[in-house]
Amino acid sequence: MLNGLWKLTWIETKVFVREPMGVIMSLALPVIIYVFLGRTLGSDSPTATSVEAPPFNVAILAALVIAIGGVSSLVTVITIYREGGILKRLRATPLSPVTILSAHVLVKLLFTLLSLGALVVAGRQFFPGAMDVNLVSFAAALLLGTVSILSLGFVIASIVPTARFAQPISAAVLYPMIALSGLFFPIEALPSALRIVAYTLPTTHAVSLMQGVWDGSGWAAHWVNVVALILVFMACTGASTKVFRWE
Amino acid sequence: MPTPVISVSHLAKSYGSTVAVDDVSLEVQEGEIFGLIGPNGAGKTTTMECVEGLRKADRGTISVLGLDPRRDATALQKRIGVQHQEAHLQKRIKVWEAIDLWSSLYPRVVDTEALLAQLGLEAKRDAWFMTLSGGQKQRLFIALALIHDPEVVFLDELTTGLDPQARRAIWELIIKIRDRGKTVFMTTHLMEEAERLCDRVAIIERGKLIEMGTPAELVERHCPELRVVFSSEGNRVAELFADVPSVRSVCSEGSTQTLRGEGEDFVTDVIHVIARENIRVKGFRTEMPTLEDVFLKLTGHAIRD
Repeated sequence: MLNGLWKLTWIETKVFVREPMGVIMSLALPVIIYVFLGRTLGSDSPTATSVEAPPFNVAILAALVIAIGGVSSLVTVITIYREGGILKRLRATPLSPVTILSAHVLVKLLFTLLSLGALVVAGRQFFPGAMDVNLVSFAAALLLGTVSILSLGFVIASIVPTARFAQPISAAVLYPMIALSGLFFPIEALPSALRIVAYTLPTTHAVSLMQGVWDGSGWAAHWVNVVALILVFMACTGASTKVFRWE
Repeated sequence: MPTPVISVSHLAKSYGSTVAVDDVSLEVQEGEIFGLIGPNGAGKTTTMECVEGLRKADRGTISVLGLDPRRDATALQKRIGVQHQEAHLQKRIKVWEAIDLWSSLYPRVVDTEALLAQLGLEAKRDAWFMTLSGGQKQRLFIALALIHDPEVVFLDELTTGLDPQARRAIWELIIKIRDRGKTVFMTTHLMEEAERLCDRVAIIERGKLIEMGTPAELVERHCPELRVVFSSEGNRVAELFADVPSVRSVCSEGSTQTLRGEGEDFVTDVIHVIARENIRVKGFRTEMPTLEDVFLKLTGHAIRD
């Protein structure tokens, strides 16, 4: 089943890197948000516990932007490949459908890690002590969240009619999810209908898990979020096998 | 009769309320170039994609190399090569990367360097797909379709959008594929292409297969009439041909004489009369009916409507 997966992933990585704008955006945007908001909102450190500290964890916002940006980029790539008949051509080879799509997931996860790396470097540069967190654990939380949101990306890619609508539709679906993620205000403060929506969104659980890793309460304390992310992944993957369009 | 390589019987496929293919049956024999011809939207691609196993037919049975294209998809993929209409690859994939990826997917592959050289792509090994010309892209798709030395090659509208020179180069390639013993199943809406390449053709219109045979057979069956057109100043030319049995009619417009007739002897008879009667002739040509004429006759409209 994995026939060709590594080769295809490597090719898709090179193809992605050959379009420098996409790479620069995926690496720079989270850093810019992190540094800019950290500077404007906080004192010197965006996570300092002083009175001037920002009202939310800017590093987690930046991490979420990494995940969302990756998903948005995935939706765009998939719709362009569908429109150009590339998906159809790949499907007419012994590559399995899962392999064709997994290659894109792996590329996005690779760039999620690279973006996180850029964020850590920037954090250490601009806010000494700010990134004082278990990075392996944080990266794992971010990857799990990203995988879960990426699976939603395949559902979004199925409803996007043409490549021209990929960016606006994924932005319209994904960015409100950041607002509802509990990062800016507690979910308990939301009206009950919105609260239910918030709890079904993978972003909410990704934020909660990352916050848990950040403040040291750890994975065990956030097992509910882990389970929720896995459930979203399974539900969206299941839905994708039904609604995903190859052409 | 040997077992056909492709056998389709009573194939039907609809998209919603649109009937794309309606009760199509055909057989393709080993080692022939079989062409499905008809205007755009006639159901050629849908038929081909059902045969390739890319689409599920609503009704009918299909067998390719003795396999069911849907049920035995994995086994079949290794033995057929496909090229899709207006296909693309990743814009920035290099030619060698595509060749390398495809090569890694099949248990047995041909010498890819030789294949690239044969298709005139060796200088483009490091070029991005998006920088290739239309003809180069199509040659790359032919390379990808041939990389695992398939027994049957499917080519869908291979030369659409190419300039005449590139088109002719591709035609030569396809004839070479056939000459190496492969079976080629192709679609085209270019009658000249079908006439030049195909050993047998099937005409499909509005989802229905309306005629099938060798191009010569179809012309013979539906448009047997030949025309000889020559210029001559004589004003009693018509009379001279009056009692030649193979000549049906003579039409004189100024110095232009148009003779219509049928049968193997028609052209010879006309030449014979011209020689015998010592008619001074300026310009002489024979007009043979083509598949285009057959199509026009059968459907009542030209294919490029």
